[in-house]
Amino acid sequence: MFFNRITAVLPARVLAALGLSLLLGLSACAPAPRVSGINDPFEQTNREIHEFNKELDRKILRPVSQSTSTAANGTFGTGLDNFASNLSLPGKVVNSMLQLDIVHAFSNTARFALNSTFGLAGLFDVASQNLITEHPTDFGETLHVWGFKEGRYLELPFVGSSTERDAFGMLVDFVMNPLNFALPAPERYVGTVAYVVNRVADRGRYAQLVDQVLYDSADSYAQTRLIYLQSRRRALHGAISEDLLEDPYAE
Amino acid sequence: MQNKARLNRRDVVLSGLAVAGMSALPLPALALTNAEARKLIDQVVADINAIINSGKSESSMLRDFENVLQKYGDVPIIARSSLGVAWRAASAAQQRAYIDAFSGYLSRKYGKRFREFIGGEIIVTGAKKVSSGYLVNSVAHLQGEAPFAVDWQVSDKSGRNKMFNIIIEGISLLATERTEVTAMLDQRKGDLNKLIADLKKSG
Repeated sequence: MFFNRITAVLPARVLAALGLSLLLGLSACAPAPRVSGINDPFEQTNREIHEFNKELDRKILRPVSQSTSTAANGTFGTGLDNFASNLSLPGKVVNSMLQLDIVHAFSNTARFALNSTFGLAGLFDVASQNLITEHPTDFGETLHVWGFKEGRYLELPFVGSSTERDAFGMLVDFVMNPLNFALPAPERYVGTVAYVVNRVADRGRYAQLVDQVLYDSADSYAQTRLIYLQSRRRALHGAISEDLLEDPYAE
Repeated sequence: MQNKARLNRRDVVLSGLAVAGMSALPLPALALTNAEARKLIDQVVADINAIINSGKSESSMLRDFENVLQKYGDVPIIARSSLGVAWRAASAAQQRAYIDAFSGYLSRKYGKRFREFIGGEIIVTGAKKVSSGYLVNSVAHLQGEAPFAVDWQVSDKSGRNKMFNIIIEGISLLATERTEVTAMLDQRKGDLNKLIADLKKSG
């Protein structure tokens, strides 16, 4: 039943997306070049969405994360956190393979195998205790490796900062994850619930930093955009670019 | 002194490392080898621990911190960079007043987080010459967090080796402060004197 659904669902949706990306992408097959600066022609709309997201944070995310911070840091919260990140591993393995990054495809597979079994379906992170740490990746990175450019900056409702490339990547990651389709309700919502729990836990963990950026900045939209673009570019290139370092003495 | 900084959360490090960075590099020219840089960061961490464990009042700790910032960081260049194009339009007196106000703001903003340094370690992994001076790489290890990269920019163009930028996982202090200050200036319709007055109360 389970596998029937996967085979029924996967080819139709995933292969269409992947096939298109492969056709367009693999011909280029060199990572997109480094960029600096900000490409944000949708700033006005983005700012409206930013205000919506901020309101959401003020009314829901922030208070919920505050009242659950003790639980989130306890055994139960850590377990949920581990469970959520374990569920995301198969998708990461697929992306590493699409990037021809065999090392991390292997390490995340090993993590998934260890934590799903000895870690009791992912509740315990036994892999990290054995120094197999998670390698974060997603389809946005795959597109980058294939040579697709970052595109314009976007702020998405509920999600937050993104770019055209990363937003499309998120969509593909969602479609690619069999857990979102292959399971009957309510099991198919497990991944989504785990994601939300994870977001709440992160909001609590980085409370002061997020508060400072969102509520103490003169322009929280501009600050959020800068932080997202700089850290995302650093993550995709694996190091900061020496050519793009600032030299205030030369100005 | 142990060469371990005690830190606890990423946000602490975001602010705390900036603090450490400001005081990072009172080196003679050409001394910036991997070993020298590592030794220096260890020393910085020890200095910061001395301030936060001094038992002094918060206002007196902030004063100590500002001294460290003035001594080892190139505050005038950080200040100038943070103002963007408005720097050139300013008079010499305004520029002096701005540097002064910005320096206090920076100390308060990042100094506030001093006491949250609990449990962590920064390890310098390398240093190399780049076109803008030196780039020193380090990795911050925090309890319960994946290690993350901290890069420091150093230059001797002020006449001494001084730290002028810190980059945490790609996020640059110069860029974030420029975003902040220019937004504040816009809110005040470009009135630099008003910005200077308000900066004295901010952070």
